[in-house]
Amino acid sequence: MSKGVSKVAFPILTAWVVFLSLLPFLWIFITSVKSEIDITSIPPNIIPSFSLYFYKSAILNYNIFHYLKNSLIVAATTTFITIILSVFSGYALSRSGLRHKNVILGSLLLVSMFPQISIAGPVWRILYNLEWLNTYQGLILPYVTLTLPLGVWIMTSFFNELPEELEKAALVDGCSNIQTLFKIMIPLSAPGVFTAAILVFIYAWNEFFFALLIMTQREYQTLPVGIALFQGQYTIPWGEISAASVIATVPLVIIVFIFQKRIISGLSAGAIKG
Amino acid sequence: MNISFRLRGQIFALTLLAPTIIFVCVFAFYPIANSFYLSLHRIIIGLPELGSRFIGLENYKALFNDIIARKALLNTLLFVFITTFFEILFGLAIAILINKRFKGRGLIRASILIPWAIPTVVSSQMWRFIFNDKYGLFNLLIYGSNSDHYKAWLAEPLYAFIAIIMADVWKTSSFAALLILAGLQVIPEELYLAAKVDGASTWKQFTKITLPLIRPALLIALLFRTMDAFRVFDLVFVMTQGGPADATNVLQFYGYKKIFAEGLMGYGSTISVLVFVVTFSISLFYIRLLGRRLTRGTS
Repeated sequence: MSKGVSKVAFPILTAWVVFLSLLPFLWIFITSVKSEIDITSIPPNIIPSFSLYFYKSAILNYNIFHYLKNSLIVAATTTFITIILSVFSGYALSRSGLRHKNVILGSLLLVSMFPQISIAGPVWRILYNLEWLNTYQGLILPYVTLTLPLGVWIMTSFFNELPEELEKAALVDGCSNIQTLFKIMIPLSAPGVFTAAILVFIYAWNEFFFALLIMTQREYQTLPVGIALFQGQYTIPWGEISAASVIATVPLVIIVFIFQKRIISGLSAGAIKG
Repeated sequence: MNISFRLRGQIFALTLLAPTIIFVCVFAFYPIANSFYLSLHRIIIGLPELGSRFIGLENYKALFNDIIARKALLNTLLFVFITTFFEILFGLAIAILINKRFKGRGLIRASILIPWAIPTVVSSQMWRFIFNDKYGLFNLLIYGSNSDHYKAWLAEPLYAFIAIIMADVWKTSSFAALLILAGLQVIPEELYLAAKVDGASTWKQFTKITLPLIRPALLIALLFRTMDAFRVFDLVFVMTQGGPADATNVLQFYGYKKIFAEGLMGYGSTISVLVFVVTFSISLFYIRLLGRRLTRGTS
């Protein structure tokens, strides 16, 4: 490829990739701001009338804020618990020289890769016996389990990059193990915690399979379940689905644009180092 | 270091790890073993008075003769193979594109991440609407405003299958790109400079420097994408419900239907076991292929 060609081709290709990445979301946004008449036009209009009708309808007729609340509770609590446990485990795996730490890391990796169906029946039965179906904790506990591998891997590789001298000094100064962890290591691990928290939150916010099994009553359903099960009386309520989709996605779009660097470093953490 | 001090450190480490280990045992390892146990029994969710009768391998015999299960297995394997292939291909292209330094690179990387960040349910509804027979963008792009030709894409077996593949490739190519990008970034610039001095063409540089050096990154992307593709569920649930005529039925969806829609906990569990065995063997294969590289970052 000559220099001239690549100079022209490169921006065009990049623009094309960006366009394709954003197009479907753009289309759902356009649909969400159509009017009631607009949305049923055949062929579809490309330029919407910028009506907020479907947002109003999603809020009033489909109770979208209710799903939003459930999603927030579940995703935030999951993130909180997972991160605490991940910091503890990451620190232990990185520092203690435990003999079987690679076995532990390996089994965590396996847990994160199994299709959910291979554990779905028994998980459902455990929750059924505890009478925790249709409760927040009933969904949060499996979510913590499924996000722990990601959290532990990120925290372990983060602690691996912190110099050991700091804690050695603290231990020599007579700090106990627990004091060293809480006073020195945890404050230092803030950037890693933040990266892991973003990824865990996104996972819990987006998860559908277990939410569908466990939350069968509308009262406790999260946004993805709501959006998947939206039904109109006679037709598919595309307008409301689009409005709800935009509401579910905008927080993620903001997170991605602000924390793009952290997300990228977090996703490749531990997996590839030279 | 004295021994009791070391021992105390180990006990401290195990205490810190205990909650994680308990979570994983209760909600991951026990369920896997329990699925196997359940698959040897006849259990129907809606009829608890039937109890759970041990029936040996009856469920597995039924599974072996279940035409829909065979179709779902075939569909899943096809789906995994095709989507992974395209995701790695596009992922590689995107990674090379965004690896260059240019103004606004952060913004472009962020927009490429959007498909990955969107909830799969949302992207499934998006694609379902795009392929809609009356109001869909796809028909508009192909047939223009001539609505007589508009097709119900998701109502035709082959197109429906292609549609869920497109939706998946769209959503996860960027994830593959990120993993590959991490591999690209550790290649020292000097290698390319030296190659240029020696007069190597761009293609030669790509096949002789880039490809061999990102092989581990490619394998890791392949591993993650393969395992994730086996989990395909949201797309099928929202876009096609496995139809038309089971053309898009996949194992995870079929297992879900058997266990939770039909209440066949015992029979459905054979599908859970099947999925586990297939994915476990594939992941072992990859992990052996990758060897210690996978844990090198953390050890």
